[in-house]
Amino acid sequence: MLELALKGSKRYYGWIAFLLVLIGIGSMAWIDQLRNGLVITGMSRDVSWGFYISQFTYLVGLAASGVMIVLPNYFHSYKTNKHMVIFGEFMAIAACIMCLFFIVVDIGQPQRMMNMIFHPTPNSILFWDMIVLNGYLFLNLIVGWNCLQADRVRLPHPHWLKPFIYVSIIWAFSIHTVTAFLYQGLPGRHYWLTAILAARFLASAFCSGPAILVLVLLVTEKFTTFKMPRNALKTLVKIIAYAMCINMFFFALEIFTSFYSNIPGHMHPITYLFEHASAGLVTLMWTFIAFAAIAITLLVTPKFRNNLKLLPWTLAILVIATWIDKGLGLLIGGFNPTPFETITPYWPTGKELLVSMMIYATGALVVTILFKIATDVKKEMGHSQALPCGCSTEDHCDCAPAEAE
Amino acid sequence: MKNSRRTFIKLASLAAATLAVAPKAMASSGGHEPVSVNPKAVHAKQWAMVIDTTKLHTAEAIEKLAALCHADHNVPTVQSKKEIKWLWNDTYAHTFPEQENPHLAEEVHHRAYALLCNHCENPSCVRVCPTKATFKRPDGIVAMDYHRCIGCRYCMAACPFGSRSFNWEEPRKNLDLTKLNPEFPTRMRGVVEKCNFCVERLAVGKMPICAEASEGAIVFGDLYDPESPVRKVLREKFTIRRKPSVGTEPCVYYVI
Repeated sequence: MLELALKGSKRYYGWIAFLLVLIGIGSMAWIDQLRNGLVITGMSRDVSWGFYISQFTYLVGLAASGVMIVLPNYFHSYKTNKHMVIFGEFMAIAACIMCLFFIVVDIGQPQRMMNMIFHPTPNSILFWDMIVLNGYLFLNLIVGWNCLQADRVRLPHPHWLKPFIYVSIIWAFSIHTVTAFLYQGLPGRHYWLTAILAARFLASAFCSGPAILVLVLLVTEKFTTFKMPRNALKTLVKIIAYAMCINMFFFALEIFTSFYSNIPGHMHPITYLFEHASAGLVTLMWTFIAFAAIAITLLVTPKFRNNLKLLPWTLAILVIATWIDKGLGLLIGGFNPTPFETITPYWPTGKELLVSMMIYATGALVVTILFKIATDVKKEMGHSQALPCGCSTEDHCDCAPAEAE
Repeated sequence: MKNSRRTFIKLASLAAATLAVAPKAMASSGGHEPVSVNPKAVHAKQWAMVIDTTKLHTAEAIEKLAALCHADHNVPTVQSKKEIKWLWNDTYAHTFPEQENPHLAEEVHHRAYALLCNHCENPSCVRVCPTKATFKRPDGIVAMDYHRCIGCRYCMAACPFGSRSFNWEEPRKNLDLTKLNPEFPTRMRGVVEKCNFCVERLAVGKMPICAEASEGAIVFGDLYDPESPVRKVLREKFTIRRKPSVGTEPCVYYVI
């Protein structure tokens, strides 16, 4: 099937070339980091993890999110989703690759990373995170690739895949739980030391991940004949709405526990992020609250939720809100105040952002290639194709037969 | 054609397996102990330290000890947020944030306190290290293997005392190469380091350099030996530890 990725339009190749240029530019910064060390980043003795690890954390959520399509399809036989499943799985592959890449650029001695396998240490959550992320990557490769290959020759999905599929669904929850355990088991980091962190990670993943997936699929629809089945999209947006409400509810629980108990350690990170940090960070944190409120308002109101013109904006607002919360605030709030109850500001450097851009571009490249293959197969099979009326072939709409003639 | 390819792959994988196993098999065939213990070495079940802040309480005095420590262990001098320090000083509020009190005795409030790795009995840094590069020695010291550390800095996030530093850049850039201590290694870039309770000195029967130079303000000994100098001070004087609530059982005590 890989040959499908080689045959594309000029625009397709242009986009790939553009991503390669971004990767090239970013890799210059990475080479600089490999030559001079992590000194090129904004991290410090007190804020010893930064943008890389927070992007890793955010993207684990993206990896776990495909399960919001896969789970209804397999556990509830909600077959409306069946032509969307492959995109969830392929997005997970790209997200896992980005996650692993972000870990590799973050460590000080990357050439020694195999030490984690040569000296396996089950008491370290990082060891388990390595296991679950690689495992999830391979599960999705096996399941996604084999299902698509079976689809292409109009065969039922092989039976031996079943256990892999069911394991991968459970596994999706494990990757984000284990990633939360990286943080929430650390004594003395008040912002992270909370039992609800894993649940909050999952809730945030299950709204932000599918939101990114839908946004990417909306773009995919623009450039291919693929069209999301209307009901599958509606269901997914409802899931996003619920997950976002739960996410913000959990955040409110944090606020209550911290401020009603009046325990300084629990309040400090929150007052720092929302009040005492640099003006830029404080603005961003309040943007998170405002955008979360807007996104929830738009998602819970049926009129706005079902408005397909508005949907991309709603989802983009939601992605920005969750990204500020988990892709930025989580790390900074965890390290500030420091163990000495002092404040050490952190902001990523340009080079740090360039290296991150390289990884995001790599992820985009993987998504482009995998989605190209998947949409080409769908086109060959006539699955989920756009009709002239704007519906999908899976929609059974009234307009379809008349206008499709 | 197909058969020969299959044979080739079989042979290649067999060769790869042999290569992977051979060095281990060779290494395990020797079986002798290459290291012998220095007869002068001092031993303990859990090394511990008591810092008498009534005697050692000025920034200058602590800085002098830190300078000795850093010179002895080739700790680079970095003047920024990316600094590296094994022994340093800070205020009461920063040292004991949970035991702050707005009406603290002025004299106690104005003292400077010496900070270093607590060599906890139940260290969270050791728990999180994914490669066992930081580990608890049989004598209770939390040690680092700089050659195994991958620089993930998980231990820095896990330490509730901020005792760990990372080599963000080439450490030798920030060392006076003419004044290196040849008895102790320098580190490479990209690894974590911290106070090691002077294991290299204990191994030859000497006390940690800060304790030795402190003129009696820092007492060092075995926490589990009732006759040790540390236990004697702990019996007689009121002491506190940093952040006892996090359950790591720090082994550095402070006489207030």
